[in-house]
Amino acid sequence: MADKEMQKREASSPVETERTKSVKVFIPRVDICETQDAIVLLADMPGVDDKSVDITLEKNVLTLSGKVTPVAREGYRAAYAEYEAGDYERAFTLSDEIDRDRIEASVKDGVLKLTLPKAEPVKLRKISVKAS
Amino acid sequence: MFWPELGRYGRVWSPWREMERLQQDVNRLLAREGAPYAATFPAVNIWASDQDVIVEAEIPGIDPADLDITVAENILRLTGSRKPEELKPGEVSHRRERASGEFTRSFRLPYAVDSGKVEATYEKGVLTVRLPRAEADKPRKIAIKSQR
Repeated sequence: MADKEMQKREASSPVETERTKSVKVFIPRVDICETQDAIVLLADMPGVDDKSVDITLEKNVLTLSGKVTPVAREGYRAAYAEYEAGDYERAFTLSDEIDRDRIEASVKDGVLKLTLPKAEPVKLRKISVKAS
Repeated sequence: MFWPELGRYGRVWSPWREMERLQQDVNRLLAREGAPYAATFPAVNIWASDQDVIVEAEIPGIDPADLDITVAENILRLTGSRKPEELKPGEVSHRRERASGEFTRSFRLPYAVDSGKVEATYEKGVLTVRLPRAEADKPRKIAIKSQR
């Protein structure tokens, strides 16, 4: 037990932040597949539409967040509950080979689809050395 | 009716519910670690009033035509399938966390419903089924005749 406590704890990347609002946040489940010229990400976010989803790219961290407005069922009692409605959030670190300007996103039936096109290979630049 | 309504969902406290919650939390923790977890799909919430029952299910990304809802007295059955994303040649899958395949779930509703008046909507990946209580099953107030 003592050993474990002595060991350093690795920080998650990016560092976990806490929220100011007390709403449950869920991690959407994703499928990621790589095609010839793009990386396609699908995320299950039931309850989210194109207006309530927010995608940000800061440095190389892509953050998906979705807000869900829970439906108030007044006059009803919960007879059975398996899930809770809440927001979604998940972040991914992108490699440099993504063309940031051409990222496309769409939401259909609660599924977010992100297309991250691969950047053209950087052209080799030859640097000539001037003779002094 | 006389029980104190406790908890977020206004349920009566019960140790079994607590254990279920614990199980769900553990599943969620496992999901956080990226391990595939065999939770029931789709997840369902059932709301009830004296007049009708509302069944909500989170089923993102399906074609409503692939979903079958059948009602017989007080049994509701959801059957459907979610197609997996087909990989074309040359494509590589990096992560596969989303559930796919066929599913069937049956629920016993609190009372018999009028199957002719069931309404179902599918919006933003959430299925909502409203099932009105059968007329014959509705509670009736019986007037007491007094003879004086």
